[in-house]
Amino acid sequence: MSTKASRNAARLMLAPAVILLLGWMLVPLTMTVLFSFQRYLPMRGGFQGWVGFENYASFVTSSAFWPSVVTTLVIVGSVLVITVVLGVVLAILLDQPMWGQGIVRILVIAPFFVMPTVSALVWKNMFMDPVNGLFSHLSRFFGAEPVLWLSEASMPSIILIVSWQWLPFATLILLTAIQSLDSEQQEAAEMDGAGPFSRFFFITLPHLSRAITIVILIQTIFLLAIFAEIFVTTQGAFGTRTLTYLIYQRVLESQNVGLGSAGGVYAIILANIVALFLMRIVGKNLDR
Amino acid sequence: MGRIVLKDVTKAFGDVTVIPPLNLTIEDGEFTVFVGPSGCGKSTLLRLIAGLEDVTSGRIEIDGVEATAAPPSKRGLAMVFQSYALYPHMTVRKNIAFPLRMAGMDKAEQDRRIAQAASVLNLTDYLDRRPGQLSGGQRQRVAIGRAIVREPSAFLFDEPLSNLDAALRVGMRLEISELHTRLKTTMVYVTHDQVEAMTMADKIVVLRAGHIEQVGAPLDLYRAPRNLFVAGFIGSPRMNFIGGAEAAKHNAHTIGIRPEHIAVSAEAGEWSGVVGVSEHLGSDTFFHVHQTGLADVITVRADGEVGFRHGDRIYLTPRADVIHRFDETGLRIA
Repeated sequence: MSTKASRNAARLMLAPAVILLLGWMLVPLTMTVLFSFQRYLPMRGGFQGWVGFENYASFVTSSAFWPSVVTTLVIVGSVLVITVVLGVVLAILLDQPMWGQGIVRILVIAPFFVMPTVSALVWKNMFMDPVNGLFSHLSRFFGAEPVLWLSEASMPSIILIVSWQWLPFATLILLTAIQSLDSEQQEAAEMDGAGPFSRFFFITLPHLSRAITIVILIQTIFLLAIFAEIFVTTQGAFGTRTLTYLIYQRVLESQNVGLGSAGGVYAIILANIVALFLMRIVGKNLDR
Repeated sequence: MGRIVLKDVTKAFGDVTVIPPLNLTIEDGEFTVFVGPSGCGKSTLLRLIAGLEDVTSGRIEIDGVEATAAPPSKRGLAMVFQSYALYPHMTVRKNIAFPLRMAGMDKAEQDRRIAQAASVLNLTDYLDRRPGQLSGGQRQRVAIGRAIVREPSAFLFDEPLSNLDAALRVGMRLEISELHTRLKTTMVYVTHDQVEAMTMADKIVVLRAGHIEQVGAPLDLYRAPRNLFVAGFIGSPRMNFIGGAEAAKHNAHTIGIRPEHIAVSAEAGEWSGVVGVSEHLGSDTFFHVHQTGLADVITVRADGEVGFRHGDRIYLTPRADVIHRFDETGLRIA
């Protein structure tokens, strides 16, 4: 891959894929930006002229905006904490030699293969339903009043569902990282007088730091865009309206494409701020 | 203090017995080398002493105290691993300080010991680097430093030089020997390299398939190997073994003669043969002699300037006083 001819050939062969991907990204992005400067109400008169930054201003000044940002950050943050902490614990447990290891590992990974819509429906109807749900049966068995999960504890419910979906991913990445830990390092620490907890905090956790940053980075990108879980369960009610869901409501429920597009541009900016921030942390971690 | 006694120690992994009952005493201050071919159980034996593996049966005593069930950290031993096992995210200083920190030692004492170890091992300039920024030899020294600061009753080395290049290995060999003379602490050293064993050891333990074949000072093993295995393993190039009629002349099943104990001549000698490959090292020349009628090939050592060529007929005369005689079972005949 070092002669001029082979480099040119490589560029030529890469070109179709690069152009396709670029188009795939640029066309919707450009359309979103264009719509965001228009007053465009498809069911109420369609295109009604260019309005400059008016959509941007009204999206931010709407009373729903800041609560939705807070909701988004709370969901993302909580899910990250839960999946990383439990992921580390599960990864350490799964790394222990045990009977039926292969099957147990597959079972642990399984939730990741369930579609978000399906898993949210299963949680909503089989576990959290106030009448027939497993949780309400459990509560009644112990003589307690069933919790109305999705209305009374809406945020914890959604965080629970999303964490359940993403825990396997974190576990998988962290498990592979733990398996790459040199056993002689563990033994050296053991000889140096480090107990199990010291070994975890001084050897295992630093070794996992890179994997943890990668888990956080990838999950954040996907968690900022969760939609199906909210759509299926609360429909954005009871304080579960995230930025993504707010944009959806603006575009489809209010039929205001311009306003929704402006929100979309904000979401892009927010995602980029988070990504930039995370890239710097990851970069710092990867440098070592 | 650092006297280690193994009594009837065995180790089995499942159905596979790696170490059959084994007895060994390592005296205080001694430099003991476990040597043997790959898979002979020497590393396992070291790990049993360290406590990283549990013995299947038998007792381990360290300084007269039963330590069979003691965890590694309570045995007062320090180990240097083959891969060095440095903590990659800590600086050299923190690596060396780690065992002291785990012991809850106060900061001033820690700093004093680190400074001392660093000056002994020439690491003072590297204390704030991470292991990834060091060369192989420097990493090795950090690993040794981490062992020294604990002031253990014995050091355990698990093939510590096998990841270094040849020149560094010779240097580190000297450094470890010097360290032993200075600290006078017991050292147990595992290697498959008989040159390391010969040059460093006070006492060599030759192992094969978990059995101790012979224990003794390097030169005792060289002069009087107890059996064919030890005879072939100790000494480089290896001893020539001759069977049949020639051995019968000496009332033995097999006789062994080292390459350096055979005189070479162009005119006359007890045996004759044709020179095959000759290896010129400058100080010495090794000839591989064929068609002697005694063995496939006889290796002989000659002076560096002796200039026989491939295909030359030469005559060999063994020194009668250093012929080793072995019986049918491979044991030495005294």
